[in-house]
Parts: sequence; structure tokens; C-alpha cells
Amino acid sequence: MGADGAVVTGFSEALVYLNDPLNWTRPGGILELLGEHLAISAVAVLAAFVFAFPVGVALGTSGRGSGSVVVLSNVSRAVPTLALLTLFAVSPIGFGNEATTIALAVFAFPPILTNTYVGFRGVDADIREAARGMGMSRWQVIGRVELPQALPLVTTGVRTAAVQVIATAGLAALVGGGGLGRIVTLGFGQQDYGQILAGAFLIAALALLVELLLVILSWAATPGPRRLPFTPARGRTVTEPEPTAAGMPL
Amino acid sequence: MLSADAGRVLAADAAPNPWFDGSYVVDNWDTIMGYLGEHVRLTVGAVLLGSLIALPLALLARRSGVLGGAVLGLSTIVYTIPSLAMFAFVFPLTGLSATTVLIGLTAYSLVILVRNFLVGLQGVPADVQEAARGMGYGNARRFVQIELPLALPAFMAGLRIATVSTIALTTVGVLVGHGGLGQLIYGGFNANFYRAEIVTGAVACVVLALLADLLLAGLERVLTPWARTARS
Repeated sequence: MGADGAVVTGFSEALVYLNDPLNWTRPGGILELLGEHLAISAVAVLAAFVFAFPVGVALGTSGRGSGSVVVLSNVSRAVPTLALLTLFAVSPIGFGNEATTIALAVFAFPPILTNTYVGFRGVDADIREAARGMGMSRWQVIGRVELPQALPLVTTGVRTAAVQVIATAGLAALVGGGGLGRIVTLGFGQQDYGQILAGAFLIAALALLVELLLVILSWAATPGPRRLPFTPARGRTVTEPEPTAAGMPL
Repeated sequence: MLSADAGRVLAADAAPNPWFDGSYVVDNWDTIMGYLGEHVRLTVGAVLLGSLIALPLALLARRSGVLGGAVLGLSTIVYTIPSLAMFAFVFPLTGLSATTVLIGLTAYSLVILVRNFLVGLQGVPADVQEAARGMGYGNARRFVQIELPLALPAFMAGLRIATVSTIALTTVGVLVGHGGLGQLIYGGFNANFYRAEIVTGAVACVVLALLADLLLAGLERVLTPWARTARS
């Protein structure tokens, strides 16, 4: 069988698979797996945010701990997501959605922490000083002055973490977890090109959709003058590489 | 034996399953080295291929704003595609082979590298370019002698990120049976949750990534002697 033939039949089989309503609605079908995928991801990102955001704010406003944040974000990039998922799956928690969620939350922690930290540390000291001089309390300064300025980076951190988590959640199926990755691993088990491609397409589409949605959301949530998402910044001189805190593909 | 209720434990649980076992590493040294070799080959191949494609792309993208926007937009999309989906997309083309993994990894490293290469090239000050042109430097000579050294820190930053994330991503190649050290992680899971094998694979991956990062950091220091004297 030629490679080209396999690709063509694979794609047409994938279309057939995706066009079958039963594949979507049956128990264990696409809709159920999608729901599972989104639920796991949402809980993981939320949990990571609850832990990472206060730490990021505390470190960023005090300006301490930059070394440990950098080390954490660098080391976390070197840890394979598959390893993390597998380690939690063979821990006493046992494999399943619980272990997957915890592994993903651990995984979402560094990008949220790093971006929150960078966002709060980047607030102009003069502005902070002026706010304090106007009689604002420490909490008012953080909530009303620093947070609006740090918000773009905080939302970037959450978006990065969310897209990474959605993408990684697909890998959970390799180690006994649920979610859309099931379709791909099941396809490999059955040597079914169509199902493999359909699953891959669904996961990729979900990741891209979530990215798109969160870019628009963070654009809407950012106060002050802003440029439309997806338009290149004009007049901005590029002096440093892409923020590495944005993490890695999964 | 150790606890009073050991008799009530199922036979499957009774066998010790330590997190790390030195004898596993010794007994399976050749297997581990084999997977390590595959891991390194895949990583080096993907980063090298990625660099070879990324450099001309970055040079082209610098020429025109439209092309630059297209390259960056496309790279964002590729970056967002999960690795599981990426390998599954390539799988019908090349089957259960290391080539499938190599193609997927190259796509990711290419995306990281093209961004950093572009940033590095754009960071070369315009007046330096102008001065070089005024001194009679041709395009090729200007690139090698002026732009490359000035863009080197951004290039090396890109290479380091690409290498470290490629090493981590290679493990996902288990999907098609060529995940390097990922085979240990996945194999251990399937061998009745054999923790020693899983931990060995995971730790080896992290150590490999950190070593590669250190190596590239050292290379950057050697290649940019001027940065060292300026800093001290």
C-alpha cells in the first residue's frame, strides 16, 4: 500500500467517522469524551491558578525570588509531560481522571506563576509610590493599581497554561486516562487510520479554538488602549526574543 | 512479613514496587543506552533540520512584512497543535517509524527557531548595517561577519529552548513506538506499573535536557567572547 493511498483513504475515513452522528452521541462517544476533556482541563487550570496566582503576586510585588521563578520555569520545560502523567498514574492515587487532573495542574503551575510574577514585577515603581502617597492601602494598591497593569501578562499565563493543558490532556489516554486522546489511542489499537486522524483533528481543533477564544477574552478584559488581537504591533522595536515563559508546544 | 496484615494483601500488591531500583538500571543498561541513543539522535536531527529550514525562512521573513506576518502566524498555529495530534497526522505518511517522530519534532523546533532567528536578525541595529554596507560589505559577507555575531545570543536562546523542549517532546513518540527514553516510561506503565523503569526513563530525560542546555550555554560563552569581557 503506497503512502499516498494511505493518506487519502485515511482522510476520507476520518471524514466518515466525524460525519457519523452515532460517533458523537453514543456513550463513550466524541461528545462525552469532549466533556471529560474540558472538565479535566478546567479543573486543572483553576487549581493551578488558585495556587500560582497568590504566590506570583507575593513574589512579584516584593521583588524577591526571581532566581527560583526562573529556575522553576526552566526546569519545568525539561520535564516531559508524559513522564509527569505516568508518574501520577502509578502513584497511590491510581490511574484515571483524578491522577490526570493533578498532573495537569502541576504542569499548569509554572506558566501562570512566571507570567504573574513578571507582570507584577514590571509595574513602574513610581506608579506604586504615587498610589501609596495618595493614601491607598497595600491591598488597594495591588487590586486597583498593580493588577490592571499586570493583567495582560496574567491572562497570557492563564492562556498558555490552558492551551498546554488541553493539549497534554490528550496524552492522558496513553496511560489509562480519559478525554479525546482515547479516540487516537483506540485508533492505533485497531489500526484504524480514519479514527486516528479524526481524533488528532478534534484535539488540534480544540486547542486552536481555546487559544482563539482566550486571546479574544484577554483582549476584552485588558483595560486601557489596546490593539486588536492578531494585528502586528506597529512601531514596537523588537529587542528580545519571544517571552520564554510562554512555554512549549505539547 | 513486615506488617501484621500482610496476609490480606492481594498477590499483585505484595510484590515490592520501589520508585527507584539500582539493580534495574544495572541489569538493563544496554536497553537504556539504546533508547538514550535514539533519543539523542532524534533530538539532534530535529534541531539541526529545524535550524536548516528556519534560517532561510527567517531571512525571507525579514525582507517583507507580509511574509514575516505569515511566518509568525503560521508558526503560532503549528505551535498550538498538540504533539499527540501532530504525530497522528504524520503517521499515515511514514507509519510506525522514527521518521514520523523526526518530522513532528522538526516541525516544533522549526517553529521555535524561526521566531528567535527573526528576532535576532531584527535586533541588528540599522546603523550598523548601514555602516557595513558603506564599508563595502556584500550581502553574504555582511551576514556572516556582522549580522550573525550580533544575532548570536538570540539564535542560541532559540537553540536552547528548541533543544530542551524537543528532548521533552520526543517521549510522546511512544505513540508510534519510537519515543526514545519515553519507551521506558510507557513500557514501565504497561509492565504492570513498574515504577523503577518509569522513574529511570523520566529522570534520564530531565538530566539529558539539563545537560544539553548546559552544553549549549557553554557553547554560547565560547562563541561570544566579547560578551564575557563586557559583562565583567
